Amino acid sequence: MSSASHASENVGLSVSHLVIQYGDITAVDHVSFTAVSGRVTVILGPNGAGKTSTIEACEGFLAPTAGSVQVLGLNPYLQRKQLNRQMGIMLQEGGIYPSARVGELVKQYCALYGNGVDADVLISRVGLESVISTTYRRLSGGEKQRLSLALALAARPQVIFLDEPTSGIDVNGRDLVRLIIRELRNDGCCVIVATHELDEAERIADDVLIFHRGNIVASGTLDDLRSGREEIRFRSNSTVDLHSLSTTLGFPVEQTRLHEFTIAGTSDARVIVQLTDWAKANNVDIGDIGAGSQRLDDVFRRLTAESAS
Amino acid sequence: MKLLRTQLACELRVLARNGEQLLLILGIPVLLLAFFSNVDVLPTAGQRGVNFLLPGIVALAIMSTAMVSLGIATGFERSYLVLKRLGATPLGVPRLVLAKALSVVAVEIVQVILLVALAYLFGADLDALNLAKLVLAIALGTLAFSGIGLSLAGRLRGEVNLAAQNALYLVLLLIGGIVFPLQEFPSWLHWVGRISPSGALADVMRDVFSGTSIHGASSLVVLLCWAITAQLAAFKLFRWN
Repeated sequence: MSSASHASENVGLSVSHLVIQYGDITAVDHVSFTAVSGRVTVILGPNGAGKTSTIEACEGFLAPTAGSVQVLGLNPYLQRKQLNRQMGIMLQEGGIYPSARVGELVKQYCALYGNGVDADVLISRVGLESVISTTYRRLSGGEKQRLSLALALAARPQVIFLDEPTSGIDVNGRDLVRLIIRELRNDGCCVIVATHELDEAERIADDVLIFHRGNIVASGTLDDLRSGREEIRFRSNSTVDLHSLSTTLGFPVEQTRLHEFTIAGTSDARVIVQLTDWAKANNVDIGDIGAGSQRLDDVFRRLTAESAS
Repeated sequence: MKLLRTQLACELRVLARNGEQLLLILGIPVLLLAFFSNVDVLPTAGQRGVNFLLPGIVALAIMSTAMVSLGIATGFERSYLVLKRLGATPLGVPRLVLAKALSVVAVEIVQVILLVALAYLFGADLDALNLAKLVLAIALGTLAFSGIGLSLAGRLRGEVNLAAQNALYLVLLLIGGIVFPLQEFPSWLHWVGRISPSGALADVMRDVFSGTSIHGASSLVVLLCWAITAQLAAFKLFRWN
């Protein structure tokens, strides 16, 4: 994703020193990154991190205060007409009149884009055949998301922005959305996904950008972000003396969730043996011991905490 | 052209499904015309009830469609992010605006034909109707009221916009001399009515249907001023997102 790692690849989106201000508030502060066609770039960040403003600037809805954005080589704000023919967008919610019917809407958008996408085939692709005559207001949350995705696909996009694409969707629906995202990537589309769902990001991302307070605090492939972040995880329903355990093992120990603990900086088997010995000696029940790279949510939590401090 | 056709069809479909809007743009004008043409309870400035009412009711119909119906629908489309989503298609703003304008004109044509036919059935005298002036009055009225409707829709939240449009509709209906002659009003209100967009359009319509120039150019000038001012306000105030 970074220009260094994929310099030779086809850049679908290029953001350079982007600044977005709303009055005195700086929502995005000199952000630069690239996203490559044929890869899935996931943008993560807490609320107010600046990811929505960045995406809106990329979609051409917002004029940058400073810096530049290029999507498929076009300025999205000034060359919107040309870009709209090749760009699919999926809003997090809304964007559709409540009384509109599924079949009519998909036909309307296929006609508006005029890229030869067959409405009936598209409806089948997103699994909405059974609700073709249903109005938007009567659809379930998952069906609304799939309809919104269908409207984005009507563009036969070369670049697509998906905002929380699996939010509110059941397990089968999620599998379908992931499949479509993989198909888009394999077809050479530049796929940009904004999500709060870290598990989802882990499943679909080739590249990850983590936003915090208007800046990118980390970027790279999933492996890049997790490399050098070894840890041992375990569960315990007992009270764990973190100081005593830390001193014994020589590594920091912290409680990450209720009954869940992490030993940071190692996945060494010898430390696991020391851990079990300490537990026996201190009469502490432990289980579900695992070792390996940090999960994305831990990476995310650590990076945003570091940035905040 | 295909994109414009596609969007126009969508605009008309959405409108046809909206019961409240159909009641507003067809039900209320038809009901008012039918009721007060046949029940003689209103002062009608010495004319037959239907002859007095028809011009005002046509003005009301244009106000309903160009201001309230368009304004409420567009306000909700803005709140529901429909305009934002359409803004990311190849449709483009000019075609979207044109599709909305054509849908308003299409509805107004249906309204005017229906109201004139109904009035004729109730014995209205249409011999002096000036068609060219009618088209001009409809065009200016549409520009004035759509400008007002879009100015509100472009700034207010969906529900607030709904309430504001309906309240303004009621005020303009009452002060515009649409169902009551302005001569019956207190002097100060009489002049407020005369310079209101609904009063000016109703006056122009009365000249159109009677083939006279009782109100002269003054009402036409007032209406023209409203048309220009309201469109400028809409251009300045309207926000797509």
